[in-house]
Amino acid sequence: METTESRGWSPYLAGALTGVVISASAWIAGNYFGASTCFVRVSGFIQQLFSPEKVAGMDYFKWFGPKVDWQVMMVLGILIGAFISSKTDGSFKIKSVPDMWASRFGPSPVKRGVFAFIGGIILMAGARLAGGCPSGYGLGAMVQLAVSGLIVVVCFFAGGIIFGQIIYRGGDSR
Amino acid sequence: MSTLVNGLITGIIFGFLLQKGRVVRYDKQMGALRLMDMTIVKFFFSAILTGMVGVAILHKLGIAKPLILPTNIGSNIIGGLMFGLGWSIIGYCPGTSLGALGEGRTDAFWGILGMLTGAALFAEIYPSLSRTVLLWGREGSITLPQIIGVNEWVVIVLFIMMGLGLFVFLEKKGL
Repeated sequence: METTESRGWSPYLAGALTGVVISASAWIAGNYFGASTCFVRVSGFIQQLFSPEKVAGMDYFKWFGPKVDWQVMMVLGILIGAFISSKTDGSFKIKSVPDMWASRFGPSPVKRGVFAFIGGIILMAGARLAGGCPSGYGLGAMVQLAVSGLIVVVCFFAGGIIFGQIIYRGGDSR
Repeated sequence: MSTLVNGLITGIIFGFLLQKGRVVRYDKQMGALRLMDMTIVKFFFSAILTGMVGVAILHKLGIAKPLILPTNIGSNIIGGLMFGLGWSIIGYCPGTSLGALGEGRTDAFWGILGMLTGAALFAEIYPSLSRTVLLWGREGSITLPQIIGVNEWVVIVLFIMMGLGLFVFLEKKGL
């Protein structure tokens, strides 16, 4: 498994430092964490290239218009930060099928890609219906003791655990 | 410092910490949903508990303004469970999918395309949802201290105690 690569930092330490970053960004930029809204903005931006009139006429893009804001840059930064971290400690690895997935569903990258795509559609539709994702409701709303944050985070994990058990029922070769 | 540069730097630090905590990869995300490896739960709640204290102090001192996402019970619950279904298939969440791509997990790319498609589909059906599901159980921007009727620090101390209890439990079980 991971015996050949460094094990990283304690999740408690990395998490607590993230809590400091959350506080700092509320202080310095006045922004709270979130990630799913920017998928709406980028999706609107892409559609705008093909049919600007249609996007301009859609209610949802009036709320979350196609523009580059703090959150779009933040989410882009996640990609860069993870790249820097993994490249510098040797944990960067090009991999098209996760180990656990392969042990249950086989090594086909096409099959994995198709299901990642379908899962992504369902997950994002759910996130937008709920009003946000684990970043927005956990690291943004729960941090501020919002009732919405607690309800949604409980539902994220409840749904994920229930369906995760169903999908992996029958076990794998682990 | 411009808002965009601030966002980028915040994201780079966040992505760095997510990757160092080893929480962005599929095996860790699914490990938590299968109740086998709770690394992401430890990270997530450590961040929330620390952030709760920091943000409460900033609110108290008046140097950061609260921004409370509204409670819409119907869509919060249905959307949250639907997210859980998608999460159990893709094994990444919106923020960590970018981090997974950053550490070389190329399957996250297809997941990100799916998420962009999901956002587009949601925008299409939004008008009908805004007349139905999104109106069920609208309670506005309410907080736990408000509805319980206690000081926010009582709620924070309770959360910290529950969180520490959870961490002790997870360590005892070796999860």
